[in-house]
Amino acid sequence: MSILLVLIILGVLATLIVESMPSIKSLGIGFLWGKVWDPVSNIYGAYPFLVGTLLTSFIALIISIPFSYAIAIYLGEYNPKGWLSDLLKNTVELIAAVPSIIYGFWGLFVLVPLVRTFEMKIHVAPYGIGVFTSSLILAVMIIPYAASLGITLIRMVPSPLKEGAYALGATRFEVIRSVIMPYTRSGLFAGVLLSLGRALGETMAVTMLIGNTSAVADSIKNAIFGPGNTMASVIANEFTEADHTQYLSALIELGLVLFFVTVIINLIGKRIITRFTND
Amino acid sequence: MEARIGLRNTKSGIFKGIIIFFAFLITLPLIIILLYIIKQGAGQVNWHFLTHVPAPVGEIGGGIANALLGSFIMVLIASVIAIPVGMLAGIYLSENPKTKLAYYSGLCVDILQGVPSIVVGIVVYFWIVKPLGTFSALSGSVALAIMMLPIVIRSTEQTLKLLPDSLKEAALSLGVPYHRVILKVIIPCGFAGILSGIMLSIARIIGETAPLLFTAFGNPYLSISVTKPMESLPHLIFTYATSPYDDWHNLAWGASFILLMFVLVLNIVTKVITRKWKVQL
Repeated sequence: MSILLVLIILGVLATLIVESMPSIKSLGIGFLWGKVWDPVSNIYGAYPFLVGTLLTSFIALIISIPFSYAIAIYLGEYNPKGWLSDLLKNTVELIAAVPSIIYGFWGLFVLVPLVRTFEMKIHVAPYGIGVFTSSLILAVMIIPYAASLGITLIRMVPSPLKEGAYALGATRFEVIRSVIMPYTRSGLFAGVLLSLGRALGETMAVTMLIGNTSAVADSIKNAIFGPGNTMASVIANEFTEADHTQYLSALIELGLVLFFVTVIINLIGKRIITRFTND
Repeated sequence: MEARIGLRNTKSGIFKGIIIFFAFLITLPLIIILLYIIKQGAGQVNWHFLTHVPAPVGEIGGGIANALLGSFIMVLIASVIAIPVGMLAGIYLSENPKTKLAYYSGLCVDILQGVPSIVVGIVVYFWIVKPLGTFSALSGSVALAIMMLPIVIRSTEQTLKLLPDSLKEAALSLGVPYHRVILKVIIPCGFAGILSGIMLSIARIIGETAPLLFTAFGNPYLSISVTKPMESLPHLIFTYATSPYDDWHNLAWGASFILLMFVLVLNIVTKVITRKWKVQL
C-alpha cells in the first residue's frame, strides 16, 4: 500500500508532464513570461496568472501574519490553558474546516459590496471583485495553518530560558521579543510557508471572487484592486471549455507549474519543522 | 530608574493588548459568516427542499435531493477506497519507520498533502474521465479518495506510534501471529485516533469542489449511476451561486447551510472524541 502511494505521486507527475508536452514543446520556457493569453488566436503566456497568483498570495500572507502571530503568542505564551484558550483554539481550527466554496459564496454576496464601497471612497474603479477581495478571503482562510503550528512551537520554548530572562528583570514583552521570538523564528517561518502553499493552490474561493480576466493590468493600482486571474482559477474556469490540444495542454502546464511550486514550498516548510522539533 | 521601569511595563501592557485584540479579532469573520449563512440558509431548509431536485428557472420550489444523494454516494465510494489503503499504509509507516520505502512513502504523503485540489482534478480527468469518455461519479470519488488519503495515513500512523510497545510485545510473547496482533491488538487500541482521522478527512472532502469540476461534473437530475455525471453539494453551490437568478441563490444558501452544519458538527464531534479518548492528533 505504501508502494501505491509512491505510484500515485509518480503517476500524477507523469500524467501532468505527458499531457502538457504539446505545450512545452511548442512554447518552450517562454511560456512562463508570455504576456498574452488568447486561446482564440492560439497564443498562450502564463505571465498574467503567475502575477495574479503571487499577488493574491502575498497580499493574503501580509494580512494574515499579524493575526496568526498574535494567536500563536496569545495561546502559546499568555494563555496556554483554560476554557477561554481551548475555545479560541477550537474556533481557529474551525476556520480551516469551513469549505472554500462557502467562503467564496459569502464573499461574493457580502464582501464584494463592502469592497466596492471602500473602492469608491479611495477613488479606484469600483469593481468589487478582484485581486484585493480574493486576498482578503484568502487571508482569513490561511490564518489557522500558521497559527496552530505557531502555538505548538511557542509552547515548546524551554522554561529555563524564559525564567532566566525574567530573573534578570525583563518584562513580558521583552521576554517574548528577545527569547521566544528568536528561539521559534525558523518554526514560525515554516508555518508561514505552509500558509503560502495553501494560498497558492486555493481554487474555489478565488475563482468566485477574482473576476477572471487574463489581461495584464496597466498600473499597480489596477493590478491590486482590479480583476485578475490565478493559475488555479484559470484552470477551473477554462479546462472544460478547452477545445483543442494546444489550449488544453497549456492549461495543464499551468497545473504542472502550480504542482511544483506548492510541493517545493510545502517540503521546505515540513523540513524546517522536522529539524526544529528534533533539536 | 523608576521612570524606566514604568515605561517598560507600559510597553509590555500595550503589547499584550495588541496581541489579545488581534487574537480575538480573527473569530469575527467566522462568526459573521456562520450567522449570515444561518440567516440566509436555515429558512430554506424543509422536507420539500431535502427531497426534491432543483426546479427550472421561474418555477417556485425545488430542492437539493440530487446533490445530497450525490455527495453521499461519492463520499461513500471515496471512503471505501481511501480508508483501507490509508490504514494499511499508516500501519506500515508506524511499524517500519526506518525502511527506505517508509521514507519515500512518508515523503509522498507530505507531497500529496500539499498538492492543490485542482491539480488532483486534472490528473483524475486523464486517468478515468478520458478513457471512459464521460464525466462520472466514479472519477469524482477517486479524486476525493486521493484528497482523503494523506489525512487517514497520518492519523493512523501517529495514533499507532503513541501506543506502548509492551502491548504488542505481550501479545507476541503469547504466541499470537503477527497479523492477528495488528488486527486484534494494535488497531482496536488505536481505534479512536484512527476514527477521528477518518471523520476529519470526510469533513474535509465533503466540501471539496475543485477536484469535482472536471470529474463528477454535476447533474440537475437525480442519478445513482456511478458511470454518469453526478451532482454534489459543493458543486451545486458553485453553479447556483454564480448564476444570475435569486431563486437559485436561495437554493445555494440552503445547500451551504446544510454543508456548513455537517462539516462543523463532524469537526466538533471529532474534537469531543479525541478529548474523551485523550488522543493526540
